[in-house]
Amino acid sequence: MGEILKIDNISVSYGNIRALSDVSMTVSEGDIVSLIGANGAGKSTLLKAIVGLEPLKAGHIEFAGETICQSKHHASLTTDLIAKRGIALVPEGRHVFADMTVEENLDMGAFMVRDSDLIARRKEDMYDLFPILGARKKQKTRSLSGGEQQMMAIARALMSAPRLLLLDEPGLGLAPLIVQDIFNKIKLINEENKVTVFLVEQNARLALRSSSYGYVLENGKIVLQDSGEALLNNERVQKAYLGA
Amino acid sequence: MSTLTLYMQYIVNGLTLGAIYSLIALGYTMVYGILKFINFAHGDILMVGAFIGLLIYNGLTGGEAADPGAWTLIAFFIAMIISMIACALLGMLIERIAYKPLRNANRLAPLLSAIGVSFILSNGAAWIFGTQSRRFPYPFNNEPIHIGAITITPHQIVVIVVSVIMMVLLTSFVSKTRMGKAMRAASLDQSTSMLMGINVNRVISLTFAIGSALAAVGGILASFDFRVYPSMGTMTGLKAFVAAVIGGIGNIQGAMIGGVLLGILEAVGAPLLHIPNGMRDTVAFAVLIIVLLVKPDGILGKNEREKV
Repeated sequence: MGEILKIDNISVSYGNIRALSDVSMTVSEGDIVSLIGANGAGKSTLLKAIVGLEPLKAGHIEFAGETICQSKHHASLTTDLIAKRGIALVPEGRHVFADMTVEENLDMGAFMVRDSDLIARRKEDMYDLFPILGARKKQKTRSLSGGEQQMMAIARALMSAPRLLLLDEPGLGLAPLIVQDIFNKIKLINEENKVTVFLVEQNARLALRSSSYGYVLENGKIVLQDSGEALLNNERVQKAYLGA
Repeated sequence: MSTLTLYMQYIVNGLTLGAIYSLIALGYTMVYGILKFINFAHGDILMVGAFIGLLIYNGLTGGEAADPGAWTLIAFFIAMIISMIACALLGMLIERIAYKPLRNANRLAPLLSAIGVSFILSNGAAWIFGTQSRRFPYPFNNEPIHIGAITITPHQIVVIVVSVIMMVLLTSFVSKTRMGKAMRAASLDQSTSMLMGINVNRVISLTFAIGSALAAVGGILASFDFRVYPSMGTMTGLKAFVAAVIGGIGNIQGAMIGGVLLGILEAVGAPLLHIPNGMRDTVAFAVLIIVLLVKPDGILGKNEREKV
């Protein structure tokens, strides 16, 4: 399968601090690819750069063969237009619309979909995938548990039927069993809905096990890349990220 | 007249005044909800709305000379709708020219820009229309109606009915429609709404349009009691802002409740505390200070600190 996402030598800075330096990577269509790294390595910055929430200092990003972000700011697409191209990001910390109900959150996820029958069908699909959301559809999202909010955020992202789903720390702050459950769902979404997944995760073992390919980010630079399995067996990865 | 009916009369009067405050407070609160910014030019938009409404009404009916009847009432609503559209466009234009370029600037910059716009609008109106105040003729026969011991004027009924219709329309817009929900989403979390494909710039424009249209209605309804003049928006706008803060700034229901509450407190509080008519405005600001001390986030305000 072809490349759906191509990141070419990008750099991102916050003031004088360089968050990403010359990062290049590719994600093939249909894959689950993970990016692992310590806190502060620049993982979230990378995802934000892909959706246009962080301006690039250098380099460019292509999605489905077309440039979406580049260092010339005016030539980059805005975040809402990138979303329209088919990239959905589930942000770190979930960022659900807390004062809105589960159903309204899903409606917001389907903002770009104009066909109300299609929206209704997709909502049913989401309630099938995450039954707890169906049971709570009329509740304010703030009353949901952390795990439920994470499912809600993923379901909301899927409402637009994206080609590429970006997940920022889907397991953050959740109990191991729930994290496992969420990763199972991610695999299911990847297989059944043919959604390419690019995820960032601190739980390196779980992430690499689910992924066909992985990248390791340290201090804003890609230091390693290989298949998920190879990275799991890599000595450096084992030492630094798997606690072996 | 017994004291009880007297105070019931004050409440009816306060309700009328409060409905107007609510309509104007909505514009402050909606803009604050999305941009975390107080649009100090909002009061002057209500003045522009009142002038446009008055000119169109007079143009259609001949003004004072016209006998109130079906045509004057229709003309009044035509004038109101045209004024709403004009103010919506004006609000969007002001946002585009004076606020949008400053969106990433120091937080004080758009505030100062708003104060500048406020002066431009009120001085511009003084330049074009002169500073004398004009009467907005009643488009209906304003013969008071007596219900028991309470007197209510058709003007008060029109104010309350029109305000209730506007608030019901706004409430169903933000809770039912796609753009209305997008507006709420953008005020809850701007960058996440962009991730949903929402064009936040368009949502902001729409917010200014709706807020300004409601201010036009508020301005026209207020001008029956307070006449039309270039600085009419200053005090009414300021009090509507107080109402928005009392209700919990950023909260739409809060602005409605805050406005009505402020109107009633003002109408009841002034006679109760023997405050002379010329100092009635003190009540509003005393209430503001008390609310800020006791419940700084307002009645329906979220008890959370500003997100960083």
